[in-house]
Amino acid sequence: MFKFKEICGTVDGHTNWLYLNLRYIMIKDVKHIILVLSGKGGVGKSTVSVQLSLSLQYKGFKVGLLDIDLCGPSIPYMLGVENKGVYQTKEGWVPVYVDDDETLAVMSIGFLTKSKNDSIVWRGPKKTATINQFLTDVDWKNIDYLIIDTPPGTSDEHITIIEKMKELNCDGAILVTTPQELALEDVRKEFTLCQKTGIRVLGLIENMSGFICSNCEECTNIFSSDGGKLFAELVSIPFFGKIPIDLKIGKTCNKMESILVTYPLSSVAAVFNKVIEFITKL
Amino acid sequence: MTDIPEHCPGTQSETAGKVSACQGCSNQQICASGEASKIDPGIELVKAKLTTVKHKILVVSGKGGVGKSTFTSLLARSLASKNENHNVAILDVDICGPSIPRVMGVLEEKVHQSGFGWSPVFADENLCVMSIGFLLQSNNDAVIWRGPKKNGMIRQFFTEVDWGDCLEYLVIDTPPGTSDEHLSLAQFLKEVPNVTAVIVTTPQEVSLLDVRKEIDFLKKVKIPMLGVVENMSTFICPKCKAKSDIFPANTGGAEKMAEELDVPFLGNLPLDPVIARCCDEGQNPIEECSQSAVILNLNLIVSKILDKLNVDPKHSVDENCRS
Repeated sequence: MFKFKEICGTVDGHTNWLYLNLRYIMIKDVKHIILVLSGKGGVGKSTVSVQLSLSLQYKGFKVGLLDIDLCGPSIPYMLGVENKGVYQTKEGWVPVYVDDDETLAVMSIGFLTKSKNDSIVWRGPKKTATINQFLTDVDWKNIDYLIIDTPPGTSDEHITIIEKMKELNCDGAILVTTPQELALEDVRKEFTLCQKTGIRVLGLIENMSGFICSNCEECTNIFSSDGGKLFAELVSIPFFGKIPIDLKIGKTCNKMESILVTYPLSSVAAVFNKVIEFITKL
Repeated sequence: MTDIPEHCPGTQSETAGKVSACQGCSNQQICASGEASKIDPGIELVKAKLTTVKHKILVVSGKGGVGKSTFTSLLARSLASKNENHNVAILDVDICGPSIPRVMGVLEEKVHQSGFGWSPVFADENLCVMSIGFLLQSNNDAVIWRGPKKNGMIRQFFTEVDWGDCLEYLVIDTPPGTSDEHLSLAQFLKEVPNVTAVIVTTPQEVSLLDVRKEIDFLKKVKIPMLGVVENMSTFICPKCKAKSDIFPANTGGAEKMAEELDVPFLGNLPLDPVIARCCDEGQNPIEECSQSAVILNLNLIVSKILDKLNVDPKHSVDENCRS
């Protein structure tokens, strides 16, 4: 009985099932959907999602970026669109466009809260209902790619989104990790989740791999090194490369510019070029 | 679980079992009978179990990967080393990504069942640990659970773990976010005395954004905050000793945020690769690298925490706890 009490929580969706199914038509038009996953928090899922979206946009694609991290949305801040809001038309929710040409559309719970300090304290069923709404009610128009940024863990959000991906054109998932064992431990769990649910793992990015001191050029592996690479080899998934901690790049993070534009020759750009080359062939 | 209606009014509500969404739900009868809206008996059980524990400290952060588990382990190890007569325990409530077994160097251990309940794993003479990691077959196993199952697990941790008779500190490590685990903790600990929280963050705005939400949550559920710890503050190059802000405090960092939200600031811990390695290998950084700036700052933070808890670290424990 305890169980049911917890499950029933506080759902207050306002669409019925038939309506939901009809609404899937909108997202069914999206040609490619890519999940960005990691079991661990703070490894750079949102940064990778943002850079991937900006880079695809730079290559001439129309991109949508959906943030399903409901308790800790970072995407609006990273793209500098924190103060924008979504509005509703008869077609559905209109996402926030980062540029005037409307080639990068963003949807996040961050656009729906009143203040940035407000916490979203929701149990699973309500999170599930919200994610379903994001998938059905947002009018993405004709986007080529939908990138989905996820929260850490292997719980409600992940089960929901993966269940829904089975009905849609999901290409697979990109895993993000940092090199140390502590993070990899959780990433291995996420990999198990993908395997169990039949989500294709497109490849792995090792983030925060080494820091080059701006004073003496010495490279220190703050969070160890090569952990992600070795894991990718072990489970035979493509390895997209290592992203070092680079303070210059950290600063561009809030500027809505792709790394392919700001530092096209950097090792970070090489990683994203590799990812884009891979996913555009899918 | 899949047969729970999408628009369930909630079992606690007056309309439970009576609205159209309840049609066909297998629990409709239970809900309609009013049975489901009774107070969870688990809350009383948890209260009875935890009243004997002197201090319950939650380590929280809205953001992941900021060092909650690392700080939890450092805090617990430091508390345990301050007085060998004090028993300290760590409870890892991060169900989907338990890190405590690795950080505490008890990765391969398993939990044993005794007549008194689950026996926690001892990492030191007076320091024991409980985590879901001890219940998994393999490290790669994923715990793919929705909220209710996680809540059931947390309740079992609270009611069934045999912490012994005299526990001085119970340090609770939490997952990121403000969701099921956090609500359950708040619910179970609501009537338990001496529950406090320490907030961990890194200096950059991306992290502070989520931490502000966590503070808002703690205020909503009325859990008193001991203060904010800023982790990974600066990095000192081991070669040239130059300082770098790897996660730049572009909006003033944790100290400014704490001031804005009227929460005490406890101090900061720099980024030290040696500590990171210690944690990966499960060694005790307090013994292994006692000269690291991290440990020196940690000592200051822990004494502030003890001050706030109003305890003298050297005070003796009850006679009957000595054995």
